[in-house]
Amino acid sequence: MIRGPMTIFAVIVSRLSKAVLTLLAIAILNFFLIHAAPGDPAVVLAGEAGAADEQMIEQLRDRFGLDQPLYVQLGKYVAGIVQLDLGYSFRQGAPVVDLIADRLPATLLLTLTAFVVSLVMGIIFGVSAAARVGKPSDSILTTLALLFYATPLYWLALMAVLVFSVWLGWLPGFGYETVGENYTGFTRIFDILSHLVLPALTLGLFFTAVYMRMARASMLEVSQLDFVKTAKAKGLSDAVIRRRHILRNAILPVVTLAGLQAGQLVGGAVLTETVFAWPGIGRLMFESLAARDYNTILGVFLVSAAMVILFNIVTDIVYRIVDPRIGARS
Amino acid sequence: MKYLKLKATTFLIAATLASPLAAQEAGGRLDIVVQPEPPGLMLGLVQNGPTQMVAGDIYESLLRYDSDLNPMPSLAKSWEISDDGLTYTFKLQEGVIWHDGKPFSADDVVFSADVFLRETHARLRASLAYVESITAPDPLTVVFKLKEPFGPFINAFENGTMPIVPKHIYEGTDFANNPANATPIGTGPFKFDEWVKGSHIHLVKNEDYYIDGLPHLDEVFYRVIPDAAARAVAFETGDVDVLPGGSVENWDVPRLAEMDGVCITEKGWEFVAPLAWMWLNNREGPTANVKFRQAVMYAMDREFMQQVVWNGFGKVATGPIASSTNFYSDDVTIYDHNPEKAKELLAEMGYDGEPIRILPLPYGETWQRWAEAVRQNLSEVGINAEIDSADVAGWNEKTSQWDYDLAFTYLYQYGDPALGVSRNYTADRIKKGSPWNNVEGYNNPELDKKWAAAATMVTPEERNSAYADIQKEIVDDVPVAWMQELTFPTIYRCNVKDLVTTAIGVNDGPRNAWIEK
Repeated sequence: MIRGPMTIFAVIVSRLSKAVLTLLAIAILNFFLIHAAPGDPAVVLAGEAGAADEQMIEQLRDRFGLDQPLYVQLGKYVAGIVQLDLGYSFRQGAPVVDLIADRLPATLLLTLTAFVVSLVMGIIFGVSAAARVGKPSDSILTTLALLFYATPLYWLALMAVLVFSVWLGWLPGFGYETVGENYTGFTRIFDILSHLVLPALTLGLFFTAVYMRMARASMLEVSQLDFVKTAKAKGLSDAVIRRRHILRNAILPVVTLAGLQAGQLVGGAVLTETVFAWPGIGRLMFESLAARDYNTILGVFLVSAAMVILFNIVTDIVYRIVDPRIGARS
Repeated sequence: MKYLKLKATTFLIAATLASPLAAQEAGGRLDIVVQPEPPGLMLGLVQNGPTQMVAGDIYESLLRYDSDLNPMPSLAKSWEISDDGLTYTFKLQEGVIWHDGKPFSADDVVFSADVFLRETHARLRASLAYVESITAPDPLTVVFKLKEPFGPFINAFENGTMPIVPKHIYEGTDFANNPANATPIGTGPFKFDEWVKGSHIHLVKNEDYYIDGLPHLDEVFYRVIPDAAARAVAFETGDVDVLPGGSVENWDVPRLAEMDGVCITEKGWEFVAPLAWMWLNNREGPTANVKFRQAVMYAMDREFMQQVVWNGFGKVATGPIASSTNFYSDDVTIYDHNPEKAKELLAEMGYDGEPIRILPLPYGETWQRWAEAVRQNLSEVGINAEIDSADVAGWNEKTSQWDYDLAFTYLYQYGDPALGVSRNYTADRIKKGSPWNNVEGYNNPELDKKWAAAATMVTPEERNSAYADIQKEIVDDVPVAWMQELTFPTIYRCNVKDLVTTAIGVNDGPRNAWIEK
């Protein structure tokens, strides 16, 4: 145990160095995948213009560097990302880093809110359902969880808009903030929050259901173990046993799942962003994919992959904090 | 926005009592849906639909066109065509300044047409091939001299075709990579203010516009809403005032049009007059046989498709030229829904059941359903068809590489067969690599000569009979399966007045639009 803090530090260093290699491999793989898709950005742009001749398509290919052999393009791309340069989006006429940076705050606001809300609600509901296992309140909670788990996100989103926005008029149904009002200060914060409610809830409900089911099952499993009987025999109260003995042990699977969801913070909200016209990175990715805007898609993929790797490392560290036995064993 | 709607109904009586000459009220803001988000706003570089719509308020061209395609003044206040059809002289408006304050002059027009657009604009380049010289004898006069008469040339001065761009910003620069492209500078009624990517584009009134009293509106917001159902909701909740054609799925149109204070118009598409058809691969497979192609026409119940798939919007096409365009002729073989005749034709050619693929246009549910309706009709006469879907890039790839049997498409006609129609049928336009030419591979040297001759005839009467002749002949050959003249209804709040007044509709609509309070 004396190597406690050092272990975590060593783990981070070793994981980070592996992460760099993994990212490079992912970038190269993505590069080939995207170039294997039919069509290229020049054809799409020319197609949208409703008229094109060879001169136009050649000009575009030349400008985009698509007239060069694939390995040259790959070499340039890899040389770029090694210097942290994600390239230029010819379609949008801006560096990819700027495009991503523009969209990242909106996406993180949405996904982090959904993440925190679903994690907290999931654990609370899961623990309380486990405490009342077999009783009506447990049945209601598990039924609801199953319902939200099984409902397609897209449908749920549209229904939420229909009810809260069209019929009741309580909440704005789309967008990030009220366009053209130039709110500032608290008014603006409140405005953004009111726009955030529906998309964040829609996105969060699915994960709430997942965490709740996971937490409940895990709580029930752990509560059957011998050390819980020992704790009871010691005369501890139910609440203390639940919080200090069962929950602490039951939380690990939830942490694993949370790590997975956290990895999707950047790229995992495409549907929600589309339905709610949320100007986030998921839409940027989807639209760039349709337009074959190679550098932008590759940039978004790379940032998403980096997030997954980062949160895998974070999850490992959280494991060690929640369950010190993991660090001791390794 | 909600209160606007209430006010609109409250004042309905007042409005009907007031004379039509009642002052067009100044002020207010208009929220218009733009879909998809444009790739850029520099109209000289990008000419896709969304760009034309937004940038149509920022940039201007020499002429505008009314819904009968008659030219109207824009940057040119008057114009003259010499009797031999070779010289086009334009007198320009006085006192026009660019949005950055620099004066506009004939030099800008010469630079735009002769230098900038010649390099960047594929469609205009085809018309400029007829031009010998473009000169500016004085700062308010521009003269286009042609090598030979080219009847449709008068239609080449539309905003999406020949937008005038500022010489002082672009001369001697790398046009495509000029940083100024991000903040477009035009002469139009609205100035670019801000573009929040993924959310909206904000234009503000050009206070120095050269026509007194225009524009009426203070600002225009183009709102980016990626989901069709969400766009319908945005209109219902009052967040947007205008759904330009094609913003919502067809089946949502009747529901929205029935709302209180909501108006709908099919006008504003006359200039582009989109005509939809299926390319039939004339090179190989069953579609190479003219009997098979005729059988496809007879097999289809196009009336049904227009009524059901398109909810009654548009009109069944009779041939290559849309009926709203000049030189349309209905003296052609009419292909009604006649499955028996289709079966006969298939038997005559000895069709052996070879499967064929249908490639729908990936532009939403309507097009998917259209392809399904066609497949159903074809299978009823014994044609073994299956649907082969692709996304936009995939569709472009397959059609431009000729990898299809039947492929849906539609094309703008640009007011004249020589601009927007012949390009799909003449042999010199058979070129791999672009989906905007003779993709079907139709090769008829006799007709090629007629198309070429019709383009350069001087009088409209001569051209009219030449095109009637072409239509009669080509309709029997069925190089493509003509489906429908498309109209995309524009849905808007009735208190928005004078929005669609020209042949390009919303694209230059905000110039004259005003909001009744």
